[in-house]
Amino acid sequence: MTQLSKSGAAVGEPGTPDSHAPTAFLEVRDLKVHFPTDDGLVKSVDGLSFTLEKGKTLGIVGESGSGKSVTSLGIMGLHTTGQYGKRKARLSGEIWLDGKELLTARPEEVRKLRGREMSMIFQDPLSALHPYYSIGKQIVEAYRVHHDVDKKTARRRAIEMLDRVGIPQPDKRVDSYPHEFSGGMRQRAMIAMSLVNNPELLIADEPTTALDVTVQAQILDLIRDLQKEFGSAVIVITHDLGVVAELADDLLVMYGGRCVERGPAEKVFYEPRHPYTWGLLGSMPRLDRDQTDRLIPVKGSPPSLINIPSGCAFNPRCPYADLPKDNLTRTVRPELTEVGSAHWAACHLSPEQREQIWTEEIAPKL
Amino acid sequence: MIRIPAATRPRTVLAYLIRRLGAVLLMVLVVLLTTFSIFFLLPKWAGQDTAVLFAGKATGAEQLEGIRQKLGLDEPVLVQFWDFVKGIPMGRDYANGGDVTRCDAPCFGYSFRTEEPVWDTLKDALPVTGALAAGACVMWLVGGVAIGVLSALRRGSVWDRSAMVGALSGVSMPIFFTGMVMMGIFVHSLGWLKIDDDLSGADGIDIWLQSLILPWIALAFLYAAMYARLTRATMLEVLGEDYIRTARAKGLGEPSVIRKHALRSAMTPILTVFGLDLGALLGGAVLTEQTFGLKGLGFEAVDAISNKDLPVILGVTLIAALAIAVANLVVDIMYAVIDPRVRLS
Repeated sequence: MTQLSKSGAAVGEPGTPDSHAPTAFLEVRDLKVHFPTDDGLVKSVDGLSFTLEKGKTLGIVGESGSGKSVTSLGIMGLHTTGQYGKRKARLSGEIWLDGKELLTARPEEVRKLRGREMSMIFQDPLSALHPYYSIGKQIVEAYRVHHDVDKKTARRRAIEMLDRVGIPQPDKRVDSYPHEFSGGMRQRAMIAMSLVNNPELLIADEPTTALDVTVQAQILDLIRDLQKEFGSAVIVITHDLGVVAELADDLLVMYGGRCVERGPAEKVFYEPRHPYTWGLLGSMPRLDRDQTDRLIPVKGSPPSLINIPSGCAFNPRCPYADLPKDNLTRTVRPELTEVGSAHWAACHLSPEQREQIWTEEIAPKL
Repeated sequence: MIRIPAATRPRTVLAYLIRRLGAVLLMVLVVLLTTFSIFFLLPKWAGQDTAVLFAGKATGAEQLEGIRQKLGLDEPVLVQFWDFVKGIPMGRDYANGGDVTRCDAPCFGYSFRTEEPVWDTLKDALPVTGALAAGACVMWLVGGVAIGVLSALRRGSVWDRSAMVGALSGVSMPIFFTGMVMMGIFVHSLGWLKIDDDLSGADGIDIWLQSLILPWIALAFLYAAMYARLTRATMLEVLGEDYIRTARAKGLGEPSVIRKHALRSAMTPILTVFGLDLGALLGGAVLTEQTFGLKGLGFEAVDAISNKDLPVILGVTLIAALAIAVANLVVDIMYAVIDPRVRLS
């Protein structure tokens, strides 16, 4: 079941438990999202696997174009809907949500899950909210898609949610328009809208990137509190390790459409085992670091997703690419190997080399 | 970022409407002033005597003097303007000594040619043009937007390509051409339709419809083609917006996403262009009325211009300007209804 084949009989039928059905709440297996373009096939996500349990938070970290957002839109089934003449994304692999396989499910089934079982918060709440409808109307709409209730009941629910996400005077502000809200308030409203149906999976795609620094922490606290309250599974997508450091239980670092390192958050954060993760950490401003130290950027630019470098996708930017023997980094793509308990990294460096570079070169600078 | 508390919003809307209404009144006044002065000055520049235009060249000097007196042509321009403006709501007496002619309100003066009150001409012509314009507007808006939306949703399909080629030819074909071809086919060759001179509706609604359906199509065709292209482009742009993705992420079905979210946004630019097109509509109406022989404002305007019938030209211009101003006011109100952000600025 690595192809999107309809001939696979009962295998992967939505809601039909079979031998493949995973036990995790969300399991993504070998997900590939490819976009055919005139210049070639863009491999935005190229074989991504992870699992997530209810009540847990997964942080997906990577730079622009690493496939973070494409992954989340893939889970939500938003690549295949409304493409209107554009060439469609090609998805393969498996996405299991609560025992249902989403890639082979009928679009109508996935639509019914969207907004109710899984919902999403977007990066820029100003452009993600419709400018012509009041905040209340947009939340009411989200509620009534999945609940057969009258407008009054839905409106009460919207006010209740606005109150819950900390919007003052919710019974008045429910009639405000997005342009009458500040950035932080808009994101709160967006969160209220995405949680109105008590979804079991919440995907937050760069939820604080478009916000003032002062508001960012508030929004992150809110997401954490709400998760505790609702017990949902949360995926936080960000390019900023600082955002997920405290929020996430697990971290997944993406590079060039693939996972290069994943594991428990404190492991990945304090004992990273992949040169790219080292780069990310070195380029991140930290309060506990000596002021005289400069930030170290990751050299070079993200790989072209049409011509992904052979071997390890990170090899043109990796300072240690020449260490492994036989030019291995440039010829063979490294697979994820376990480097600690539940801690995985995809790198050709030997455990000893990694240990040595980490303790001697990287850790002292951080 | 201006933040307006929700409680004050109704007043904001009212203030918006009052501002728009004020702008419309100002516009009407400016149109009144410019058209009047132009039509007063034109004969002067051309070296013509308005009294001669009224009475004909063979008239004696004494009679001309009487006419000047009666029409008030010997008064200063501003006085003449004031008498004219006052005459519209109050009526007016044209007097030369004991010879008094009462012109009842609304008084736009008398035609130089027929010596009938201008208002009688306008009164008959206005409903014809009104019906022509209103019907054509509805046709091109509904038709153009529907074709545009379908094209956007099926971008690159056979439907999209043929609709856009059709739209291109629609834009390139003049009204008198499409009008004459349609008339040739449906009226003269097939005989399905009859075109009646009397468009007052006295001959029954079916005759009225029969007479107007071809002019509607001819006038609407050009605009529908433009609106289809505009709608398609706007829809494609709107469908890429983040809030459309949000609507889908909520679990809304595609028809709701298109109707409630995409089309609603796409209406704003369409409405903007619509407001502008209403102003240019009279030009199209002139051609259509000439082609189909409808006695509307455009027909009367052309007739009056070729006869140098100044009062009629003035009357037609004013009525047309007023109609455009009112139509634009309606568009502005619709604008505010559609886009809440408009009410602020």
